[in-house]
Amino acid sequence: MGKTLTEKVLGRKAGQDVVAGEVVSVSPDYVLSHDNSAAIIQEFRKLGVRKVKAPGKIVIVLDHIVPAADEKYAQNHKSIREFVAEQGLPHFFDINAGICHQVLPEQGFALPGLVIVGSDSHTPSYGALGAFAAGIGRTETACTWATDEIWLRVPETLRIDLAGRLRPGVFAKDLSLKLIGDHGAEMANYKAVEFAGPAAPDFSVGARLTLANMSAEMGAKNGYFAPDDKALKWLEGRARAPFVPVASDPDASYESVLPFNLDGLEPQVACPHTVDNVKPVAAVAGKPVDQVLIGTCTNGRLEDLEAAAAILKGRRVHPSVRVLVIPASWQVYREALGSGALAALVEAGCVILNSGCGPCLGAHEGLMAAGEVTLSTSNRNFRGRMGHRDSEIYLASPATAAATAVAGRITDPREFS
Amino acid sequence: MSRGLVWKYGDNVNTDVIFPGRYTYQIMTPEEMAVHALEDLDPAFAKNVRPGDVIVAGKNFGSGSSREQAATCLKAAGVRAVVARSFARIYFRNAINIGLPVVQSDEAVDALETGDPVDLDLGRGEIRSAKGTFRFRPLPPSVIGIIAAGGLIEYTKARLADREIEDQQE
Ligand code: SF4
Repeated sequence: MGKTLTEKVLGRKAGQDVVAGEVVSVSPDYVLSHDNSAAIIQEFRKLGVRKVKAPGKIVIVLDHIVPAADEKYAQNHKSIREFVAEQGLPHFFDINAGICHQVLPEQGFALPGLVIVGSDSHTPSYGALGAFAAGIGRTETACTWATDEIWLRVPETLRIDLAGRLRPGVFAKDLSLKLIGDHGAEMANYKAVEFAGPAAPDFSVGARLTLANMSAEMGAKNGYFAPDDKALKWLEGRARAPFVPVASDPDASYESVLPFNLDGLEPQVACPHTVDNVKPVAAVAGKPVDQVLIGTCTNGRLEDLEAAAAILKGRRVHPSVRVLVIPASWQVYREALGSGALAALVEAGCVILNSGCGPCLGAHEGLMAAGEVTLSTSNRNFRGRMGHRDSEIYLASPATAAATAVAGRITDPREFS
Repeated sequence: MSRGLVWKYGDNVNTDVIFPGRYTYQIMTPEEMAVHALEDLDPAFAKNVRPGDVIVAGKNFGSGSSREQAATCLKAAGVRAVVARSFARIYFRNAINIGLPVVQSDEAVDALETGDPVDLDLGRGEIRSAKGTFRFRPLPPSVIGIIAAGGLIEYTKARLADREIEDQQE
């Protein structure tokens, strides 16, 4: 019987034939951490070892609170920089790089067939390029630094067969929200999610990153697209190492297959306070918002900023709304400067922030007071995540965010086309 | 290899009934946690469980919160392993990382009932009972090492101690 991409990638790493349900021990290709490296370093020290085992596999990206918002964060960053120097870690990205989940693909770490683990729940993003990528805990990360080894349970796979075509004004983000809304935030608990079907190759690498990123909100361990010509072309000039692409066999065994036709899909929004509380934008249109956030590891790429700029160009942000724009990385920042997207956003009255997580995790740069409402292009809308307990977060696509920024109320982006 | 008796439960045994939330923010030793194991599901369990006993359950064992005590309390109560149709994601990782074997076997769950004597062989991937021998994919040696060492931290420390000695010999 054939194998899924996940079974093949983990089997190759483990050096044996593996099937879903089995537990394997592997030496990962890369181990990611971010500002939480400060806490991981403390765990690592407790292990009583001086040196990490494989310095070249450790990738640290400062992105969560950059630049440091207070002394505590500054101290964390300092201790990380010192550790990087002490251990001679070659892959360190300081506060002028971007969000880890954008930096790793851009910098050619996220490659087909690799095993990447990270102490961040949105590590599955790298599946967009055909890697096996999964989130792990902090203690496990410290132990992996020390041993260059981690155990993983080979997940069963849910295949989502995409057919049809997205209509204008409808994006990968709407698809992910619709799927989570229909099937619940645990629809893929501990599973691999394969995005496949005749429409899968139509998705840009950016859109694939959005979908793989949002697979974490389905409960998935990893989410991926088979690496095709589009992915390989995108990797040209970026890939840091040779790689061997892997895809599922035609007769692979899936736990379930979910068909989805894109033709009828409308813009969606996740309402407070869970990601699976999803409605069509039309159902909540008119809801006033105080703030709009365009950015994050889910939707802060060039195509996202351009989708927002297409609506905001020549228009003004509504006077009662604050609009925060955060390019996902410095590379995106520079590209958006070059393309004119950033100029259009600034002219419209948006505030541009340094590449990083911004207010997404509720630490700095635009937190909400009680009773305030933000429409955000991020991936989580849990109560209090972006400020006061009694503030509200709606999740949507960058186009919906831009339309909402102009109108001051949740608005269907198709009204601007 | 060990012999114990089966404690059989159904689907969706969640972390709240394995280790009640009202105790989660009290600092307790593992032995104190063991007294409350499965308290809200089966009050007879903690009083009567013997070292080497095995929990057999249905789907999605350990769903709910990520509290590590829900694995620690069973291990401290002497539970040799949990055999289930499936486990909640975080529970599975927590259990192995604190040294509690978790094994998936539909056949064993179908056949076994409370009170059945069972042997468990992790290395060979076998559950043996009067009702038959049920096979599961054996765990890799490093994971058996984690369980044998009593958890990921102890295992890693032991491995590293070996490495330091090697380093000194180089
Ligand atoms: S942008 Fe938000 S979701 Fe993404 S890594 Fe940063 S904090 Fe996490």
